[in-house]
Amino acid sequence: MDDAVNDKVLLSLDVNGSEHEVLVEPRRTLADVLRHDLELTGTHIACEHGVCGACTVLVDGAPVRSCLMFAAQAEGRGVRTVESLGRGDELSDLQRAFTEHHALQCGFCTPGFLMLAEGFLAARPDASRAEIREAVSSNLCRCTGYQTIVDAIEDCAARRRAAERTRSA
Amino acid sequence: MKPPPFGYHRARDVAGATALVAELGEDAKFLAGGQSLIPMMNFRLARPAHLVDIARLGELSFLRRDDDRLHVGALTTHHEVESAPDRSVRGFEVVREAMRWIGHLPIRTRGTAGGSLAHGDATAEWCLLAVLLDAEIVTASPRGSRVIPAGEAFLGFFTTLLEPDELIVEVVFPKPAPHAALTEFAERRGDFAIVAAAVDLDVAGGRVTGGRVVLGGVAPVPLRVPAAEALLGAGERADAELFAACGRAAAEAVDPPDGPGPGADYRRSLVRALVARACEEALAR
Ligand SMILES: Cc1cc2nc3c(=O)[nH]c(=O)nc-3n(C[C@H](O)[C@H](O)[C@H](O)COP(=O)(O)OP(=O)(O)OC[C@H]3O[C@@H](n4cnc5c(N)ncnc54)[C@H](O)[C@@H]3O)c2cc1C
Ligand code: FES
Ligand code: FES
Repeated sequence: MDDAVNDKVLLSLDVNGSEHEVLVEPRRTLADVLRHDLELTGTHIACEHGVCGACTVLVDGAPVRSCLMFAAQAEGRGVRTVESLGRGDELSDLQRAFTEHHALQCGFCTPGFLMLAEGFLAARPDASRAEIREAVSSNLCRCTGYQTIVDAIEDCAARRRAAERTRSA
Repeated sequence: MKPPPFGYHRARDVAGATALVAELGEDAKFLAGGQSLIPMMNFRLARPAHLVDIARLGELSFLRRDDDRLHVGALTTHHEVESAPDRSVRGFEVVREAMRWIGHLPIRTRGTAGGSLAHGDATAEWCLLAVLLDAEIVTASPRGSRVIPAGEAFLGFFTTLLEPDELIVEVVFPKPAPHAALTEFAERRGDFAIVAAAVDLDVAGGRVTGGRVVLGGVAPVPLRVPAAEALLGAGERADAELFAACGRAAAEAVDPPDGPGPGADYRRSLVRALVARACEEALAR
């Protein structure tokens, strides 16, 4: 193998609004950089082939599988993880909706669902329940049975729309 | 699992990307959305020594409808096509509607048209659409550019006519297909189809005057089915009876793989149902 293969690359990553420099092998996935180099362990990893969605984060606002992206591909893009949702100990509206609707039990899948929903609702604030179900089909949850997750996302979207109406009234 | 090591290179333009892959040799690959290549690397089914990342070639990301043709840039994501406004896909709605069958939203935000065509999965929606609508696959390599007719592009199981240093630049759909539809069946929402069926009907005065039928999941490549197409060319009334007959003819004509997983008989039953369903949807469009 020639040198390029063993060389580490110096990457500058924008994660949750701050710049981070990491020196990693090119094969390091975004998921592993987040967890191991930046110690943002809210992003979970399970299947590592794009099927379960536990590793979902936002890249330039869109939900992506961070296990199917090399960190090098994320340079110059804005990455958001579940750590960006709340403020300190204060949960975001979406996270509160998940708790209120019992949309988690063991919680392993929750960061993935939260980031999926955060990205999805930003693009589709008026999404119908059917569309939410379709979006949620992307991620696996072994505990809840999904109905409560759909309830939580639907409720959060409705509250955001109501708040928007009050603001513009 | 974790992917094996490789050298990472970022291309700045098309000529640079193809020259670099040519120079790095057989074990170098283009990296687009990574939604097929990275899972294969994580499974260690692919071990490229070098990846040339083409994602920054913004000029390959577009969706344009002009002179009755639809141009889709190689780096256009499935999600960009799925979200395209009506006017930019008029007459080609089948292309936009087919996107929702591809994996899930977070796959579609990264995966690209060019990557799908190059990967060459026989059930991939882009491959089926390209064969159905006689698309032209426009490529660039250090030897210049060429146009590959989709009908000749797919050679066998995950094998295409592309040279290792040949980059897909765009795919061009040459004429509107207002009565076309793609439908499929998978075990779980978002999985690759067990069988997929795509049809394109010529309809005039309530009669079907011609049509094409393409299947995925019954052969190593997207398969046209002349025996079923013949029924659509006879000027028969466009009704459920004709469509059911077309489905039966397609099911009789194919010789799907048997063995582990869904067997040949099951796939043939799916063909029968899905071809008829695709015809109904195409007529209703
Ligand atoms: C969970 C999951 C479900 C999926 N379900 C489906 C599905 O139902 N239907 C479906 O069609 N796909 C599905 N996919 C695959 C997805 O559509 C991929 O996006 C697509 O197959 C490849 O596109 P890409 O841009 O990600 O290519 P990459 O993975 O980056 O590349 C794939 C191959 O194409 C080559 N390549 C990439 N771009 C070019 C180019 N412009 N010119 C020449 N060669 C190029 C690469 O070198 C590589 O060999 C799924 C993927 C996952 C992870
Ligand atoms: S760990 Fe990324 S999708 Fe399962
Ligand atoms: S809450 Fe346990 S996997 Fe979803």
